[in-house]
Amino acid sequence: MIIAVASGKGGTGKTTVAVNLALSIASQRPGEVDSRSLGHDDATRLFLDCDVEEPNAHLFLNPTIERREEVGILIPEVDYDKCTFCGRCAEVCAYHAIAVVKQKVLIFPELCHGCGSCTLNCPEEAIHEVLNVTGAIEEGQASGVRFAHGILNIGEAMAVPVIHQLKERIGEADLRPQSVVILDASPGTSCPVVEAMRGADFVLMVTEPTPFGLHDLRLAVEVARDELGLPVGVVINRDGVGDRGVEDYCAAENIPILMRIPLDRRIAEAYSEGVTMVEALPEYRERFAELYRSIEKEVAR
Amino acid sequence: MKQLVILSGKGGTGKTTVAAALAHLASKETPVVLADADVDAANLELVLSPQVQETHDFIGGQVAVIASDLCTACGICAQVCRFEAVIPPSPSPSSFGRGGGGAGGEGVRAYAVDDIACEGCASCFYQCPVEAICMEEQVAGRWFRSDTRFGPLFHAHLFAAQENSGKLVTLVKQQGRLRALDEGRELLIVDGPPGIGCPVISASAGADLALLVVEPTVSGIHDLERILATTNHFGVPALVCINKADINPSRADEISAFCAAQGIALVGRVPYDTVVTEAMVQGLPVTEYDNGPVSRELGRVWERVRERLA
Repeated sequence: MIIAVASGKGGTGKTTVAVNLALSIASQRPGEVDSRSLGHDDATRLFLDCDVEEPNAHLFLNPTIERREEVGILIPEVDYDKCTFCGRCAEVCAYHAIAVVKQKVLIFPELCHGCGSCTLNCPEEAIHEVLNVTGAIEEGQASGVRFAHGILNIGEAMAVPVIHQLKERIGEADLRPQSVVILDASPGTSCPVVEAMRGADFVLMVTEPTPFGLHDLRLAVEVARDELGLPVGVVINRDGVGDRGVEDYCAAENIPILMRIPLDRRIAEAYSEGVTMVEALPEYRERFAELYRSIEKEVAR
Repeated sequence: MKQLVILSGKGGTGKTTVAAALAHLASKETPVVLADADVDAANLELVLSPQVQETHDFIGGQVAVIASDLCTACGICAQVCRFEAVIPPSPSPSSFGRGGGGAGGEGVRAYAVDDIACEGCASCFYQCPVEAICMEEQVAGRWFRSDTRFGPLFHAHLFAAQENSGKLVTLVKQQGRLRALDEGRELLIVDGPPGIGCPVISASAGADLALLVVEPTVSGIHDLERILATTNHFGVPALVCINKADINPSRADEISAFCAAQGIALVGRVPYDTVVTEAMVQGLPVTEYDNGPVSRELGRVWERVRERLA
């Protein structure tokens, strides 16, 4: 089961929900962990923080990082012994990342998408590709959860390649039917969010019951349900503020509201200190376990 | 003409609340132009009641389209595509996207393109041996010029799951800038997107000043450090405003100490108050809705921003 946690609007509580959900599933059925996944405990709950621009989940999960890998995209490098300055590479580049001037080929790594078209089109085979590092992936363990996050380097524009390489951890994780992968997405509705949601079994939308929350929820549902064809459900956070817009929208669109988290100063204060909800208010452990069971039911529909 | 951009790194810290308040307060003193650079999730329009004057299509980029009648199903397009955007003609239907050509049709043995995954690189277009692929321009969103009671607003809607939000941000901002220069308006206020990546870089380009809205939480502080490194990287001077400062006064003090150590001015500590949400529900900037502690502190923020811009 792969669950993406998204929202459209920022700051609605995606990371809070994703982290507490992961911790509550981890503690949900201790008996099963022993019998069915002996030796694979770390593969049964995988948490990937896909907000590579501003990753925050580690501040709550406090993982022990065991491995760090630099990632990025493959960019062209010209072999001047072979290059005839014909200009074909610049002509085929859809991103204007190459310019050929007199006896020089200028390459702009920040514009390159790493598509490799220049390499394939060079008639002299004068281009090879080298890794342009744009970020890193760190992996480790946190409270019985296998953890990884991507970190986009400062000044780099493209988050998608880092997210893509982060999500390759899903394929490497030796998942079994009862395994759960939680993807914590970034705010917004464009390419980084699509990259995070892609391949998920369910998208959990965390919203707040305000006009901004509703406006951005609609957009996020358009991406997840209408464009990607994924089932969606909503968590209303800070329930009690704002208006009834989100409720009315979910009813009209037949989107299930799977959990409500009230506006509670204790939750805000725990969050501000990097303390998880299940730690600060242990009664939420069962509520997040219940949320997971609701998601299972929705996916089984 | 000066250009002010409101950023935060972390989402949901109150960028739009602050931007709307500054638009309201600034417009009482000087002619302003407004631009909403969060084209994924544009919210400034929800509190400014814009009257749309012009609507334009935004061409984001291209996508590959495979002509199913010409495709020989050789599979070279799928081999060269690095974005997993080419869908083979397998009997199982594609699991995502709308698809492009004619895969899945009765008896059709053609490859197709997932136009959401396609990055428009045209690698398949150049490699297809039978020229069955063409590149088509995509309308990826719309942008608008609107009138508001505070001045002209330039804003946009990127369509769901589209790319090139940075390009659309640049366009919206350029339009705002041109209007400001044309009409001799002295300030362009840009409400920025969250994060530190491409739309943020586009939103901050050419800015005279960035106002960073931060909340006093461990996440807020972590993200402040990254957005500040980003504005420094691009040479944009920054000021910091703490929102919901009283949620955690000791973390607010930590931010204050961090700013002092970095030589960044802290220009406000806005308290948490449900009046902010009430104003949003009424569709108004909080400073227009109420005269309480939040609005008074935002008034001080504006004074300090104005001094810095002068």
